[in-house]
Amino acid sequence: MSTPGPLRVVNSHVVVFRRFWRLNVLSSFVQPMLYLLGLGVGVGALVDRNAGSTDTLGGVPYVAFVAPGVIVTTAMTIGALESMWPVMGGLRWRREYHGMAATPLGATDIVLGHGIWMAVRAGVAAAAVGVALALFDDTRSWGLLPAIVVAMFVGIAFAMPTMAYSIGAEMDGAFAALQRFVIIPLFLFGGAFYPLSQLPEAVQWIARAFPLWHGVVVARGFTTDHGAPIDWVAVAGHLGYVALWAVVGTVVAVRRLERRLYP
Amino acid sequence: MSSVASPASAAAPSSPEPLIVARGLTKSFDGFEAVKGIDLEVRPGEFFGFLGPNGAGKSSTMRMIACVSPVSSGTLRLFGLDPARDGARIRARIGVVPQLDTLDTELSVQENLWIYGRFFDLPRSECRRRATELLEFAQLSDRADSVVEHLSGGMKRRLSIARSLINDPELLLLDEPTTGLDPQARHVLWERLYRLKQQGVTQVLTTHYMDEAEQLCDRLVVMDQGRIVAEGSPRELIDRYSTREVLELRFAAGTNDQHGALLAGIGDKQEVLPDRVLVYADDGEAALSEAHHRGARPESALVRRSSLEDVFLQLTGRSLVD
Ligand SMILES: Nc1ncnc2c1ncn2[C@@H]1O[C@H](COP(=O)(O)OP(=O)(O)OP(=O)(O)O)[C@@H](O)[C@H]1O
Ligand SMILES: [Mg+2]
Repeated sequence: MSTPGPLRVVNSHVVVFRRFWRLNVLSSFVQPMLYLLGLGVGVGALVDRNAGSTDTLGGVPYVAFVAPGVIVTTAMTIGALESMWPVMGGLRWRREYHGMAATPLGATDIVLGHGIWMAVRAGVAAAAVGVALALFDDTRSWGLLPAIVVAMFVGIAFAMPTMAYSIGAEMDGAFAALQRFVIIPLFLFGGAFYPLSQLPEAVQWIARAFPLWHGVVVARGFTTDHGAPIDWVAVAGHLGYVALWAVVGTVVAVRRLERRLYP
Repeated sequence: MSSVASPASAAAPSSPEPLIVARGLTKSFDGFEAVKGIDLEVRPGEFFGFLGPNGAGKSSTMRMIACVSPVSSGTLRLFGLDPARDGARIRARIGVVPQLDTLDTELSVQENLWIYGRFFDLPRSECRRRATELLEFAQLSDRADSVVEHLSGGMKRRLSIARSLINDPELLLLDEPTTGLDPQARHVLWERLYRLKQQGVTQVLTTHYMDEAEQLCDRLVVMDQGRIVAEGSPRELIDRYSTREVLELRFAAGTNDQHGALLAGIGDKQEVLPDRVLVYADDGEAALSEAHHRGARPESALVRRSSLEDVFLQLTGRSLVD
């Protein structure tokens, strides 16, 4: 029985990862933990003292409010970062994509393989954060499980368009721009750490255009108990929008990679 | 230029069924035509070569044959299949050593072989078994666990060659495989490639080493500016395009042109190169005494048999040495 092409590509990512996993796992775990402690404990102490703020947060402690935000932004960061330099390297520096292109594999296998691998990486990182959150009373909930799955989808929704961008990029300076103008602003203004309603209308719409906020809203719906049943139609709408980003990113990435690998 | 190979003569005898057939093959990059309509046939088991100066279109042709570059016009068939439709199926049956290495430099030598075998969907155990064999083949067994980044250039090249054999290819495409190899490694590689030929593997080679082409190729073409300008076995090409012997004269720096004029008319032809003057003559010694007779005082003089390098020079007007 033959192994599907994308999984053969995933296999090569696993082999590379085996060399670097310690550093990788550590850094992808430490960063969200710092945010969680800094924001949840530090900022949380301030916020929770103010009765007005807890209402805006839906009546939950601040740390419970940011927890799904940390899970989902962790996945976003992994999906985006791992689709920048590693993709450019595969195409331009180490050139191993060209090696794959000379085998029965093609651009579609490479892109889908990358997508699956990003799902694994984002899922594992989100799960690690989830495990840590399950240790505390304020954040422990069964909702963490679906929140991890949502985070994984957000990871893919950032990975695929970023891959398409990286395939087209001429120099790695393009990545600094992407980080400064998209990833970091989304991190700060994307609805992960405070409700979007705190921001001017125009900024809210920009934030809503990206997949992050949609993922955070759905994940937060699962992890925080607001006494109301989950609106599954809204969940489907948000996740559909997240999926749209993943699909469009994949299609564009395949088209661009095809042209680059088989000129 | 009546002796230049016409499309008809570039076609090899037609039995058995050729493994590669190209007719009027062209390759354009944004309006620039790198390959300008070439015809060729390569038979199973044949060792076929492309010679030509930088930019002649050798790699562009090789990449079309490797099914990693779409044909711009003309037809190309490998194993009777069309690369445009069956690229992946064809690639499953060929091995490619590209001009630029495409190794995963973060991985070890044997990891590179394993993952490459997996790309062809070989079972893991098979990947390991072949990796061990191929490391032996490439004399890299003692470096199996080294990270590729830390290998020397020649070792990387040898790994690329080993990797191209992981799927037991019926056709092996070698684009300047020995560039960067030391002489000993080159000779070992020639011997290995010869063994593959004996096992029936068809091979297509590009090289800038004329001795390599002479040693390995049953038949070769010389390309220049996107066209095939000559075709034949190394021996045939030498007989057709060069004299029996060549007299090589070296003069004091900067006096080659002036000496070229002095030697005019000796032998069939003279060629003034940046570092020496060549006189093509069937009798090299006779040419040398005539040169002395005319007052030429070369710093060194050498009579040798014609080689492919002379053919190359005649056909492309370019020396490989400069
Ligand atoms: N991807 C590409 N885009 C644009 N031009 C290209 C591309 N690949 C090759 N060319 C051009 O096509 C011509 C032939 O290049 P090619 O690499 O086939 O030459 P070559 O015979 O292999 O030369 P060398 O001996 O230097 O390897 C060159 O002028 C080159 O600049
Ligand atoms: Mg070349």
